[in-house]
Amino acid sequence: MFEIVVLSGKGGTGKTSLTAAFAQLAQPAVICDLDVDAPDLHMLLKPEILRTESFQSGHEAVIRPEDCTNCGTCGEMCRFDAVIPGDDAPAIDPLHCEGCKVCVTFCPANAIDWQLRTCGEWYHSETRFGRMVHAQLYPAQENSGRLVALLREQAKELARQRQIPLILSDGPPGIGCPVISSLSGASFAVIVTEPTPSGRHDLARIVELCAHFKVPVGVIVNKHDLSPARTAEIVADCKAKGLFLLGQVPFSPEVTEAMVAGRTIIEHNQGPLAQQVKEIWSNLSTHIKNAQAA
Amino acid sequence: MIIAIASGKGGTGKTTVAASLTHAWPNPVVAVDLDVEAPNLHLFLHPEEAGRQKAVIEVPVADESKCTYCRKCSELCQFAAVKVLGEVLMVFPEMCHGCGGCIAICPEGALTPGERELGDIIWGKAGKADFIMGRSRIGEAMSPPLMRQVKTKLAQIAPAGADVIIDAPPGVSCPAVNAVMDADVIVLVTEPTPFGVFDLGLAHKAFAPMGKPMGVVVNRAGMGTDEVYHFCRRNGLDIFAEIPYDRAIAEAYAEGRIVAEAVPAAGKILTALAARLRSFAGDDGAKEASRV
Repeated sequence: MFEIVVLSGKGGTGKTSLTAAFAQLAQPAVICDLDVDAPDLHMLLKPEILRTESFQSGHEAVIRPEDCTNCGTCGEMCRFDAVIPGDDAPAIDPLHCEGCKVCVTFCPANAIDWQLRTCGEWYHSETRFGRMVHAQLYPAQENSGRLVALLREQAKELARQRQIPLILSDGPPGIGCPVISSLSGASFAVIVTEPTPSGRHDLARIVELCAHFKVPVGVIVNKHDLSPARTAEIVADCKAKGLFLLGQVPFSPEVTEAMVAGRTIIEHNQGPLAQQVKEIWSNLSTHIKNAQAA
Repeated sequence: MIIAIASGKGGTGKTTVAASLTHAWPNPVVAVDLDVEAPNLHLFLHPEEAGRQKAVIEVPVADESKCTYCRKCSELCQFAAVKVLGEVLMVFPEMCHGCGGCIAICPEGALTPGERELGDIIWGKAGKADFIMGRSRIGEAMSPPLMRQVKTKLAQIAPAGADVIIDAPPGVSCPAVNAVMDADVIVLVTEPTPFGVFDLGLAHKAFAPMGKPMGVVVNRAGMGTDEVYHFCRRNGLDIFAEIPYDRAIAEAYAEGRIVAEAVPAAGKILTALAARLRSFAGDDGAKEASRV
């Protein structure tokens, strides 16, 4: 089973638009949206949800004022400034609470409850390109890394059951917890960048993270014609680091038009833009076949 | 006053707005990059570095010779960072959130404070503005601890009475919430595309319960659809500014320039935005950097 995850470091470089097009070209594949915080792939793939599960992870502390002696121990021990002092009893600010249980454990009056948090939902769905596993973390919630790990397990299980050789995942931006959870143990990372100082800077960081986790990478320069000079710098960076350059995609209003229409780039466009994306997929699949043969 | 520039969806123009606002701000200001995983504000403001420090988090170090395998630490730890398996004590520092619970609860003193590196905090001057950023160590999973330390350092370096402009990370989970929770006003930068509007909705849901003034900057106005305007009207969100969809702006950004400086039409819009945001400062209610 081969697991491709599409990442970028910097947000908004075109991960989701490209992943949707790849999902169309990759069939049969299990499709997965690992950007559980701000998922967008469903807007192009319009999944029909077959199964919904609630995602519970971690706990939060809640003080029972009637049992609290206002001794101040919780406030002294909390490292996250989550304890708001009060005249009769303090209160826990859920936005600051890290869910570490220190206040619950050390409260001499046993006056702090420990409640399970429901952080989001996850789904099994059907799309026009095959089965999809996705989720929605509730706004302002934590534990996105655990939800990502859960989705990857679900996708693998589905791929095993249906004997599908490929999992294609749209990843989150950044290089922190949900990205690490998306990346560790994956077969290949497709990194979508753009020819801007931010795109180039964040490409270097995500490439280093992939090296740290020993995941091979291929790079796509999206909107390459926005700055030929920056594109040349990125291409030179890739060569210097021995990174596989999958291809370049031009800046095109048709990417937004396709998004508005709820279609992939290659459903919407039959011209050079679609051709470029198909070539990139062809480069990627050849690379994967060679890698699997080796 | 403290202004947080956030978005939900990545790549909508947070850094463009934060850099331009810093440039157009009429009063003393500190520009703060709290997108510690992918910090980019310095690429546009080109600050001159005045200092830097390593940020670390307290993690336990085990002295197994003192351990009696009572398991109090592993029963307390919510993050699988300390484990007792039979008669083996194991510490996984990468998993640790730094709560200090295991060290406090160990009756034998077998766990003592050590450190894990979170990243760097770097500060300096960008023209007239002060500047500070956090940059996470590659491989570090947790952003909020570094963000908290950047805020602590900010309070130390900020000139008295300076306003603060925060460039927040994308998304709506813990890092984004940490970046906006101290603000007097939240600016949500979006683009009028289906992804932009959907993620704006998530950001609105995540941040509205904080009860702070919040409004929208529509970037790349003219592309996509009108749905963002309907969304804002339905949810009582003010549109603070509209920045037109203009290839000249995209190219200025690609060249690492401050858009408000490079494109005069955008400069006017961002100067007006600065004035509008200043009006939220009020007479006495706004925070200063020292109160972050």
